[in-house]
Amino acid sequence: MNGSLRSALRAAICGLALAVGFSPAAAPAADDKLRIGVILPLSGVFSNEGRQYEQGIAAYQKLNGKTVAGLPVELITRDDQGPGSGDLARRLTQELILREKVDAIIGYSFTPNAMSTASLLGEAKRPAIIVNAATSIITERSPYFVRVSWTLPQSAATLGNWAAKNGIKTVYTMVSDYAPGIDAETWFTKAFVANGGKVVGSVRTPITSMEYAPYLQRVIETKPDALFAFNPGGDVSVAFMKATRERNLAGAGIKLLVTGDVVEDNSLPLIGDGLDGVISAHHYQLGIATVENERFIKAYKDIAGADATPNFRAVQAYDAMDLLYKAVVKNGGKTDATGLLEAMKGMTLTSPRGAITIDAQTRDIVQDVYIRRGEKIDGRWQNRSFETYKAVPDPGKTPR
Amino acid sequence: MSNVIAIIVDGVAYGMLLFLSAVGLSVTLGLMRFINLAHGAFAMGGGYLAVVLVDAGLPFLLSLPIVFLAIGASGIAIERAGIRHLYRRTALEQVLFSIGLALALGALANLVFGPQQQAIQIPSLLSGRVTVLGLDIARYRLFLIVMGAATAITLVCLFEYTLFGARIRAAVDNRRAAEGIGIQVERLFAVTFGLGAALAGLGGALSVEMLGLDPAFALKYLTILLMVVAIGGAGSIAGSLQAALVLGTVDALFKYFLPEAGGFVIFGLLVAVLLVRPSGLRGRAA
Repeated sequence: MNGSLRSALRAAICGLALAVGFSPAAAPAADDKLRIGVILPLSGVFSNEGRQYEQGIAAYQKLNGKTVAGLPVELITRDDQGPGSGDLARRLTQELILREKVDAIIGYSFTPNAMSTASLLGEAKRPAIIVNAATSIITERSPYFVRVSWTLPQSAATLGNWAAKNGIKTVYTMVSDYAPGIDAETWFTKAFVANGGKVVGSVRTPITSMEYAPYLQRVIETKPDALFAFNPGGDVSVAFMKATRERNLAGAGIKLLVTGDVVEDNSLPLIGDGLDGVISAHHYQLGIATVENERFIKAYKDIAGADATPNFRAVQAYDAMDLLYKAVVKNGGKTDATGLLEAMKGMTLTSPRGAITIDAQTRDIVQDVYIRRGEKIDGRWQNRSFETYKAVPDPGKTPR
Repeated sequence: MSNVIAIIVDGVAYGMLLFLSAVGLSVTLGLMRFINLAHGAFAMGGGYLAVVLVDAGLPFLLSLPIVFLAIGASGIAIERAGIRHLYRRTALEQVLFSIGLALALGALANLVFGPQQQAIQIPSLLSGRVTVLGLDIARYRLFLIVMGAATAITLVCLFEYTLFGARIRAAVDNRRAAEGIGIQVERLFAVTFGLGAALAGLGGALSVEMLGLDPAFALKYLTILLMVVAIGGAGSIAGSLQAALVLGTVDALFKYFLPEAGGFVIFGLLVAVLLVRPSGLRGRAA
């Protein structure tokens, strides 16, 4: 009797502790600080990307200070180690909200990591600004998501549109076989076909494939006007771009069209002359000639070293900070979730990439998409923008 | 038809790259019976050394023998300092030690070179395409085929027809008897381990152009290298060559004819071979 009473008591106390300790609705710290939880891939294969975001944030703080509306800003950074770690991203988010009592989250480079935290953000009522994860549907999974980066349909559909209107009649598509790849294939095809183009072949390649020669051989035999490709960046995209050069796709009269992340600024020295004449659609390139971009690049180089090159990821993290800072100011220096979210909706920022707006309904980004061509300018390979699609929303969202 | 031949040539070249990287592992695993999961780290070391040398102005082709010797020497040093104490330990201890070594070397590479991808400047002699016997081949792939074939022939001669090779096989089969007849097994093992590391370094240096290079390299390609050794049979040079060529060409042919099969094919091949021949194509029963 005594024993069972004691164990019942113990269970009750444990239960209570659990209920208190793990209730996600724990209030933010009621002190005069803006606490930002930052979740990025800082170790492992993707730490190179994580570093871009981290330095983008640092560049923003170098230019705009570490206080906003009188509140000191405290960054609490965690490492989610890359994709496929949705569980870890969720656990880190929970820890940042409960233990560190952050007011908002900035982070999520990968779709699964963002998706895994959707329900948590709703329960805890904390806004999260997505720095990259580009699958269209994410922002519909929680009203607390705001995306400041880009979506794959945004780039892919714009490119499909452009291709159909610029003399390209037939296309072969080649995407990596995972969610973003299928997004890219779907939306490129939709836009291209809607404007009169024809897809004459398509292939989905394993996500870690490093050997593209046999796939490209098939493309060359099919003789389309162009090849549209998407792959996950890093070493895979460099290997793909080199293979297109080795196979001499251009020599076979086939144009190469890619989403801009495949030929991001940081990997251009590795791709080398594989970039020659490649058409890409993207929301950022180094060559954007605005005061904001010059300021950003200079601040980035001050942080990361004169040889470092910022890419779209650094810009996205920079803009995430800008969005949060401006939202706090607009919210009168208060850091409550509802106030911050309302402030962000419909907000327009002057980003290094150009003007960007957070759509008030979808909380997703509306931005200019640049069509670029790979060229050697002053001895360096660059993507030179020659046409701009203004204020492109995410076509993946159902129109209201 | 010429298209299919072109695909096969591409596959053979890719297979040769696998062979060059994996054959050192076959040597340490099969001949020395040491489970060296740090093999990929030696390949990574070779890659970084080649990048540094070429960046410093050395021609790519000249950097290859230097990489071979330098990584071989560091292999001997690591064998003397640590690995020799593990020969008589259990397989689990060897695995834990060598995977720990691979992780540590990856972290070191991250510290020294940073997490970004590295590029290597290939001489114009090796870039672009060339027509051989009516076939249009990428020069670098042709170079890989030549390098792989030369390495295979040299190694087979070394292990099958020289005193060094005979000593190694004797030392592995019966260490006590080998020591009894005056073979200096300790030194022999150190040199053999160094040779394995040197081959890994060479394979790594040749991989940079096609596979890229970053601190994750050491573990990223370990699976495929172990597959080559498992299919070929540990310790068999000819087996590793066969396995690598089969993997390379089968992968290429499926990518061309049946891309829907995706990455599944080579793993299916591994399972099939091991079901029929558990010790690999050319493996000796343990």
